[in-house]
Amino acid sequence: MDLAAVIVVETVYAVASLILISAGLAIVFGMMKVINLAHGEFMMMGGYATITAVNLGINIYIAMLVIAPIVVGLIGLLVERLVIRHLYGRLVDTMLATWGLSLFFVGIVTMIFGNTTTGISTPIPGISIGDYQINGYNFFIVIISILLVLLIYFVLKGTRLGLIARGTMQRSDMAAALGYSPDRIYMATFFVGSALSGLAGAVLAPLVGLVPSSGGAYIAKAFITVISGGPSVIAGLISSGGFFGVVNQFFTFAISPVVGEVALLVSAVILLRLLPQGVTGRFLKGKL
Amino acid sequence: MREITLQRFAIALVIAGIVMTLLPLMVGTYTLTLLLVYGMLAMSLGLIWGFGGILCFGQAAFFGLGAYAYAIAAINFGESTVPMIIAVLVPAAFAAVLGGMMFYGRLGDVYLGVITLVVTLIFFKFMNSTAGPEYVIGTARLGGFNGIPGYQTLNVPGLPEQYIYGDSLYYVTFIALFVVYWLVNWVLQSPFGRVAVAIRENEQRASLMGYDIRARKTVLFAVGGAIAGLAGAFYANWAEIVTPGLFSLGQSAEIIIWCIVGGLGTRLGPILGAAGLAYLKFKLGQQMLIDNAVITGIILVLFVLFLPKGLVPAIEKIWRLSVGRKRGRRPARSRRGRAASHG
Amino acid sequence: MTMNRRHFLTATAALAGASLLPLSASAADTVKLGSVLDTSGIFDAYGKPMDMAMRLAVEEINAAGGLNGKMIDVTAYDTQSDMALYTQYGRQLTQQDEVDVVHGGILSASREAIRPTMRKTNTLYFYNVLYEGGVCDRNIFINGVTPAQQVEALIPFAMNKAGKKVYVLAADYNYGQITAKWIQKYVAENGGETVAVDFFPLDVSDFGSTIAKIQAADPDLIVASLVGGAHLSFFRQWAAAGMNKKIPMASTTLGVGNEHKVLTAEEGDGIMVAYNYSQELDTPANNAFKKKWAEAYGDANGVHEIAVSNYQGVLTWAEAVKKAGSTDRDMVIEALESGLSIEGPAGTVTVDPKTHHAVLDVHIMEFDGQKMKVLETLKQRQPIDTQAVCDLEANPNDNQQYEIKF
Repeated sequence: MDLAAVIVVETVYAVASLILISAGLAIVFGMMKVINLAHGEFMMMGGYATITAVNLGINIYIAMLVIAPIVVGLIGLLVERLVIRHLYGRLVDTMLATWGLSLFFVGIVTMIFGNTTTGISTPIPGISIGDYQINGYNFFIVIISILLVLLIYFVLKGTRLGLIARGTMQRSDMAAALGYSPDRIYMATFFVGSALSGLAGAVLAPLVGLVPSSGGAYIAKAFITVISGGPSVIAGLISSGGFFGVVNQFFTFAISPVVGEVALLVSAVILLRLLPQGVTGRFLKGKL
Repeated sequence: MREITLQRFAIALVIAGIVMTLLPLMVGTYTLTLLLVYGMLAMSLGLIWGFGGILCFGQAAFFGLGAYAYAIAAINFGESTVPMIIAVLVPAAFAAVLGGMMFYGRLGDVYLGVITLVVTLIFFKFMNSTAGPEYVIGTARLGGFNGIPGYQTLNVPGLPEQYIYGDSLYYVTFIALFVVYWLVNWVLQSPFGRVAVAIRENEQRASLMGYDIRARKTVLFAVGGAIAGLAGAFYANWAEIVTPGLFSLGQSAEIIIWCIVGGLGTRLGPILGAAGLAYLKFKLGQQMLIDNAVITGIILVLFVLFLPKGLVPAIEKIWRLSVGRKRGRRPARSRRGRAASHG
Repeated sequence: MTMNRRHFLTATAALAGASLLPLSASAADTVKLGSVLDTSGIFDAYGKPMDMAMRLAVEEINAAGGLNGKMIDVTAYDTQSDMALYTQYGRQLTQQDEVDVVHGGILSASREAIRPTMRKTNTLYFYNVLYEGGVCDRNIFINGVTPAQQVEALIPFAMNKAGKKVYVLAADYNYGQITAKWIQKYVAENGGETVAVDFFPLDVSDFGSTIAKIQAADPDLIVASLVGGAHLSFFRQWAAAGMNKKIPMASTTLGVGNEHKVLTAEEGDGIMVAYNYSQELDTPANNAFKKKWAEAYGDANGVHEIAVSNYQGVLTWAEAVKKAGSTDRDMVIEALESGLSIEGPAGTVTVDPKTHHAVLDVHIMEFDGQKMKVLETLKQRQPIDTQAVCDLEANPNDNQQYEIKF
């Protein structure tokens, strides 16, 4: 019974962390139809920003939740102004350019921090469930990703800003005619997407050893989750994150972590073959 | 599209011969062999992407598959001729199955990219976890993270004791690249190749003309897989070890970069892009001041922004503008005329 | 135009030739030592101190007048934790640089990648790292501890303290696979039971599900043969779940790269290990060594097990070159096979002529406040695992790695 509870917690954690690592990419892809292949590196830089801040004596929560998103958001802003804005509407070209950026960031971070593993300890102690002990930090990640999804939902659905953003994404010419500058809105969206990537990287940093090439481990998963989710930002994120998280944990517990990873990838191939437009391309159409 | 004539082939043969003998004077044959292998790999993607419009994010999967197929077969057979053939057939067959699955499913560009990328990752994860003694094919242990070292390298067909290595491996690779290059040329100017280009230009129109797009794309994809596999087999002979790193995303990314920089839709562009960038990387690897990835990254971004068609078309354009103005006009026009009469 | 191009060609050719010249000219009056180590990438925690140790040993030998009157010239390559680069640099060292000896390789994967190259080119090869045992090749000398020296001592000690039910975690490549079998063998021999063996590829860094699985199996003892930076997360997550207070742990690898200094005291305390070296060894030889290290590099915090192995490996080779009076491969091998021994920071190291492995001291230790506290010292242990299968005196042409059948 306790084991079942532990497995449930681990599965919820797996789903939550998938959503967390995909959120930034989903916003940028869902709203702007831009696939940011430097997403993993944005996360990696979020992690480094956190570790650097903590080493400078800043409180770990402030470092993770405030400093990392702002730092990475600003980097994203710079990237959007210098590169992305010249490539709107050219999907494949943006993928290639951001791939180039990802290499660039790996190189820069290697030059600054060196190609070595760094890390910080988790700030939350272990928690017991019956006879079992689990990592208390898992709950923190679950809470953060629930808050994140709610926040995105309310901003898009409930605020005027969200309305303008959604309108611009659908018909930028109309939005422009109504006096809203699409250029500005794209810029702001990219800033938010990058900041979310930074946040995700920061929150995950205490769990793993960080190297400049860490981003590569995230980008594939995030990419698969977002594409399989389909056009809707939130519904897609939750449905595909949920599906992959459960598949991954099922095979992880049944066989081994490696089989879990491979099962996730294989199920993605099958899913895309059956639903070529992603989950929300077929179901939950028109939802956020 | 220029057609193959005996004269053109003869000129190419002479130029290739000169280049082949001159290159080793400037760069060591050990490095050169690798550049040629990369050139062949880039050509495989250049064919399916540049002429078939299929953007494959996982060309490294076929490269790695070729290398692994060669290594495993070489251990089992103890000579290299059959393994070389297997190293071409296995990736080709796999590409045909994968391509069939994707093209008959009518997947869009982005989804195609994701699937090829995911397949590469699956290979990487799987190969990385095959260290146990239960993963054996014939007498060859897959070795997991260790990779497979110590297999039979290229030998003179029928004489397993006569190894082809060092300088001779360079010449063999060069000739193989030349042969493959002309095979690709031949495919492209055949009706099959022309239809492939038509599909790239407008899939719907080609389909309305009665061409089976799905079958044609699948075949082209398989040909690309075969060439990448051959490149993998040569790589295995050069490196004398195959590791799961062959299936990495970084490797796939690099192939795409070579094609972009060299010039998509040209036949020589990807080869030159691959050789040039790999050489640059080799040179940069010897200095510690700036990290390699920074420069590769900047090059890719700059090319996408300012020279999306790549170097070879740009140089051709400049050539035509400067030299062509003086004496190139008339041959250019007659060439166009001939091509039209053929089409 | 043509003139210019031809000029350029001859100029570059001449340049290339010229740059080769000083090397070949100096080859006669120096001894060339080649080194291949991962001094960057995920294994740099192992490789960097090994590189420093090798350079320290060479500086000392050169300061004392070199080998037979010749200075040692080091050619070192950084393999960036990439196994494919090992074959590349291995060939560069043997064919282009034509070194007299190669010291290096960290992971067993890297050793197996370059060992064939070294043998083919008759270049003497030293692998100075703790490993899984069984390599039988006359061209290679190994001075790291093997399972019979380490696991055989560690397992009964840990089982006495913790209990009979053992859960094994190992890195998924040749080292982990073979070591896991040795662990199972010694657990069974000591009347225990191995409840499960899990293997992890070197890039796995999320161990949440594993920690839950371990608790479901409820073992008395965990034995971890995990390798590299990513696997360090296991010990963090284990401690973050509070498990380090509940189930005792022994490791065959933790601390080899000074991981006990990366983990906090709370995360690491109580983990049992067995190695040839510890910074806490209070012997004159070790204190003198640490002082030399501190003089060269500022402080001696970076010294670890395999750095010392590498240092002892270079000393052993140097001793043999002196004894042979030459750097000729066959003469040096003969000198080494005479049962040569040296005094290193970790005590006496003697070459075993039958297996080309080393006879050395092993200490059973426990992590305590980011230090390795020595609990028990076992003097001059023989590599009996390899001796049981390998006899290079009888079969000098043997060339394989024997694996334990279990």
